[in-house]
This record gives sequence, structure tokens and C-alpha cells, in this order.
Amino acid sequence: MATLNVAQAINQGLDQALAADRRVVVLGEDVGRTGGVFRVTDGLLERHGEDRVIDTPVSESGIVGAAFGMAVGGLHPVAEMQFMGFSYPAYDQVVSHVSRIRNRSRHRFTAPLVLRIPYGGGIGAAEHHSESTEAIYAHVPGLKVVVPSTPRDAKGLLLAAMPEEPYEVPIGRATVAREGTDVTVVAWGAMLREVGKAADMLEEDGVNAEVIDLRSLVPLDTEAVMESVRKTGRAVIVHEAPRTAGLAGELIALIQERALYSLQAPVARVTGWDTVFPLKRSEHHYLPSPERIVAAAKRLVES
Amino acid sequence: MAEELAQILTPDGELRGEPPVDLEATRHLYRAMVGARLFDRKGTALQKQGRLATYAPFEGQEAAQIGSAAALRGDDWLVATYRDAAAMWFRGYPWKLLLLWRAGDERGGAPPEGVNVLPPSITVGAHMLHAVGLAWAAKLLGQDRIALTSFGDGATSEGDFHEAMNFAGVYQVPVVFLCQNNQYAISLRRDRQTASPTIAGKAEAYGFPGVLVDGNDLFAVYRVTADAVGRARAGGGPTLIEALTYRLGPHTTSDDPGRYRDPAEEATWRERDPVERVRRYLQRQSAWTEEWQREIENEEAALIEQAVEEAEALPPQEPGQIFEAMFAEMTPQLREQQQELSGGGPVTPTGDR
Repeated sequence: MATLNVAQAINQGLDQALAADRRVVVLGEDVGRTGGVFRVTDGLLERHGEDRVIDTPVSESGIVGAAFGMAVGGLHPVAEMQFMGFSYPAYDQVVSHVSRIRNRSRHRFTAPLVLRIPYGGGIGAAEHHSESTEAIYAHVPGLKVVVPSTPRDAKGLLLAAMPEEPYEVPIGRATVAREGTDVTVVAWGAMLREVGKAADMLEEDGVNAEVIDLRSLVPLDTEAVMESVRKTGRAVIVHEAPRTAGLAGELIALIQERALYSLQAPVARVTGWDTVFPLKRSEHHYLPSPERIVAAAKRLVES
Repeated sequence: MAEELAQILTPDGELRGEPPVDLEATRHLYRAMVGARLFDRKGTALQKQGRLATYAPFEGQEAAQIGSAAALRGDDWLVATYRDAAAMWFRGYPWKLLLLWRAGDERGGAPPEGVNVLPPSITVGAHMLHAVGLAWAAKLLGQDRIALTSFGDGATSEGDFHEAMNFAGVYQVPVVFLCQNNQYAISLRRDRQTASPTIAGKAEAYGFPGVLVDGNDLFAVYRVTADAVGRARAGGGPTLIEALTYRLGPHTTSDDPGRYRDPAEEATWRERDPVERVRRYLQRQSAWTEEWQREIENEEAALIEQAVEEAEALPPQEPGQIFEAMFAEMTPQLREQQQELSGGGPVTPTGDR
């Protein structure tokens, strides 16, 4: 079996979706000739033509607004924002229309639209290229928000949103990335890597961490989290996004509502800070590190 | 040339060119304008009685709306604003649903199957992109339907106006942009909205034609829209139409135009009344009588009354229905919240105790 990275897996998923259904189109800035800034759409223009793999002007609201119209009109557009920090000009279209048309029209019109937004830091990029603001999307009623951490999930979750589903990972289902008994660590997306390193370090110190990869932020697999927390009695929530009003707060609220009496320690959170994401030379101070995760988990175990 | 005003019918009802439709069709469109005006006045009255939430009157803009809507084909898309009830109704969106929507009921946002009209846009400008997408989808799917989007002079200052016009030009999308320039965006005058001499002239920057038309002239609006629609359908790309008109009433039932405009200006535009203009024309053609006027007013008013009754007779939605159209299938979170709302008291899972 071939080994693919996340970008290659999404590329394969898009390729299959385009081949399986004429209604699927891909649009965004530089998605055609150059294959996208992360090469996620590499080769798709050649294989599926410029009517279906569309290089757009630099116009985020235009991309999402037009994709919305396409979706209502019978297509299945997959629109790309180059970086999360550049998605905000399109936010009005997402919040005011994409997420609402089904409700506004009582199911009469729907917008089966996929918006792909690369997020996160750690690559020494320029300002606006390292944002992790998934919470502002998860907060919007009417959107489903998924954050894959593995190539398989990236492709599977993409295809789960497509009309044809040659293989899929269900939206709304978390997965146990690593089984353990002493402490539950909940994370999503790129943080799974740091959490994995932290779990290895904890293991060496005799602490057995269970890692839950949420995969889907909306809808959230509440039960998967509770099941683990009831077993371990301890939880650490890890996210790259800023702390205040972040999703860790939501998860902690859910845990105290549903599993308070199983807890042996307060729930901890390891997050980005409430600062602007720092530039290259300081970004390592911002990102949750395995050391910070280990320290939080140990505090809980030793308390 | 964008700066030349297209006009076929003068305010006195005299012809300056070839009428685009025959006398019988003119009577049909006139009747629609009469009915629309009755609805409009009914809407304001209902709001003042507390039976609608807010109402945005379109009196003075009947020709711009009916004339443009009449130039569309049955399956074409109309993507319009909260002030476009006349155009939407003419395309098959029932009065009853427009009232229901105004009364604050989501069921008013669901036009019957086959009516290709999106529920009215409340945000200003964003919906132009939706029309671009709808028209683009039709093109890619090999359908020959087009989309017409209607908006006001205020919307041309939004970024989405630029993005929609730009996309339409670059991809030669079969879309018609209809700006009903009614001179005011709530209180802001047209000359403070843009320094461009005309709105139609903005089309040049996007590489497609702009047309300036007397928006109170049913014939001229129909003519320029039909030309734009025909060009779009034939693959000729988009057109921007600026229909010069005037909102005779307030922005909505919650503002007072006396604070921002001169009554003399309103009187001037009242003399250019789009409905009266067609009446004068029909009278000149011996195709109008007072008796017929009474007859159509009575019939249209009865249809509106019936729509009001039906809208008001509809029982309110069950509380839990607010959750039901968020997704095709409710998420576990929504199911839980729905249960909490209708079952009384929060779902407090204390299962681990």
C-alpha cells in the first residue's frame, strides 16, 4: 500500500471525487496551474479541465460566494482558502449564507459546499499564515467543522462530504489514537503529533495516556470523550488555538456536565496563548509542546 | 454608451420608441404593477397594525421590478433583496409566503418547487455572488438558464459588488446585474455613495456592458433586460443595468424620510409614477377604462386578502422546529438541545454518579 502525506491524500480524494461525479468542481487561488500553494490540487487541472478545476482571482469572498451559488445550483464545489488567516474576507459569506440557506429556506435550498482551509503554525511563515482559529467556525450554527490529523482521515473526511463516497471516515466520530488508562488527552489536527510525543515521554515515566483524536469539532463526539474520561478520571485538552473562548473551554464544560464524578483531578488545558501568533523566531514559545503537555498530565496524575 | 438614458415611454405615457410587448401583454404587466402596489400598501398597513415585523416598501419601483422580472424565462434564477417582493411574486413566489416571511416565519423562505427564486437577501451585496454562482453552475451543467440579481445603489459600495462583477466578467457567466438605483441607501444620497457619474459606467471596469435605463419606464426596463438576458443566454456574458428610479416611501416601516430628503423631491418623482405612466399609455391606446381599473383592483385586492388570511391562519411552528433545518439530519447536539427546549429543563447527564 502506498504511503501518502496529508496533501497527497487530499489530492487523491479530490481526484477520485472529480472522476466519480461531474457535479464536483474545485476552485480557489492558484489551485489549477500551480496545483495550489501546498500542491494539494496538483495535476487536477490536467486531468479534469479548467472548467472544473478553476483558478480564481484573489477574491476570497468571491470564491465562497460564487461556490455557494454553484452549490445551490446543483454543483458540489470544493473551495480552497490558501491559509486560515486569509479566510476572513469570506467569513461573511460563510456565516451569513453558507451556514444558513437550508434553515432560511426550510430545506428547499441547500449548499453542499466544502471549504478547505489549511491552518496552524510551526513552519516559520509570514504573518497571517499560521492562524488556528477553528473555534470561530465551530461557533457558527449550520456548519460542520472537521480537522483531520492523518492522511487517511483527511481523504476520508473529504469524501464523506462528497456525493459519491468510495471510502469514508464518518463526520462526527472521534477515534482513540492511543489507548491508555491514567489520563485522557484530547486533541485534533496537527497537535496529534505533539500529543503523540508527549504520550511517549509519559510512558517512559510510567504514565499511560489515552489519546482521543476528535477529528470532527462539529458535530462533536461527546460520548467518545466521556467514555475515556470515565475510564481514566483525568483529562488534558490540547489545542493550538488561543485559550480564551477556545474549544477546550467547551470540552471542559461538557466533561463537568457529564463526567464530573469520575474525575480525580481538575481538567487541564494546554493551548496557544491569547497573543497574536508570533513570527518565526518566537513561534516555538507559542505552540503547545510535548513538554507542556507532559507537565500538565503529570500535574493531574500526581494531584 | 452607459450615460445615455434608455426610455421608450415618457412620463406622460407617450411612446418614444417601439414598445417591446403588445397591448394585451402591456395590460397584463400593468395589472401586475397595480396588484404589486396594492400589496405594498397592504404590507405597510399590516406592519402598522403589528401583523408584520418590518416591511420595506417598494412603491415607485414597480416598473423596475415587474419590467425586469417579465423578461426572464420560467426556469431562470432570480436573486433579489428584501425590497423586491414585486419581482419575486411575478416570478411565482406567492404573496402568502412573502407575508409569512415578513411576519417572522421561516416557512416564508421556501418557495414552491420549480420557482427558481432564492428567499430575499437581507445582507447587502453578498447575494450578487450567489447569482454569479447559480449562473455559473447552469453554464457548467449545460443548462441555458441565466440568473438575474437585483440590488440597490447602496450595494454597489460593498466589496461583494466588485467581486461579483469581477468573477462574472472573467468567467463570462450568464448573469444580469440589475441595480435599482432608487437614490437613497436608507438615508444616504446617491451622490455620497459613489463619485462615479453613473453606476452603469462601472461595468466598463469589468469588461462588459453597462446600460442606463429609465427605471420608471416599464417598456424600457423590459427592453434592456430582455436584451441582456438574451445576450447572457447566447453566451455573450454579463450586463450591468442601472435602472434610475425612486423609492417613494421610507426605507422600511421604521424610518422617516423627512429627516433626510426634501418633500419637493418626492413630489417630482411622484409625477414620474411608473404605474400611472403605463395607465396613460393604455388610455391613449383606448385599452384602459375606469371600470376595468376597478375590476382589476378588486380582483388583485381579493387575492392579497386571501394571501393574508392564509398566512395568518397558519399555526405557529412547534418550538422544536427551529432545530430541524440546520442540517439534513440533526446532529446529536441539536437533538439534545431540542429535547431540552421541548421537554423542559436541561438534560443533565449525571450518569457517572
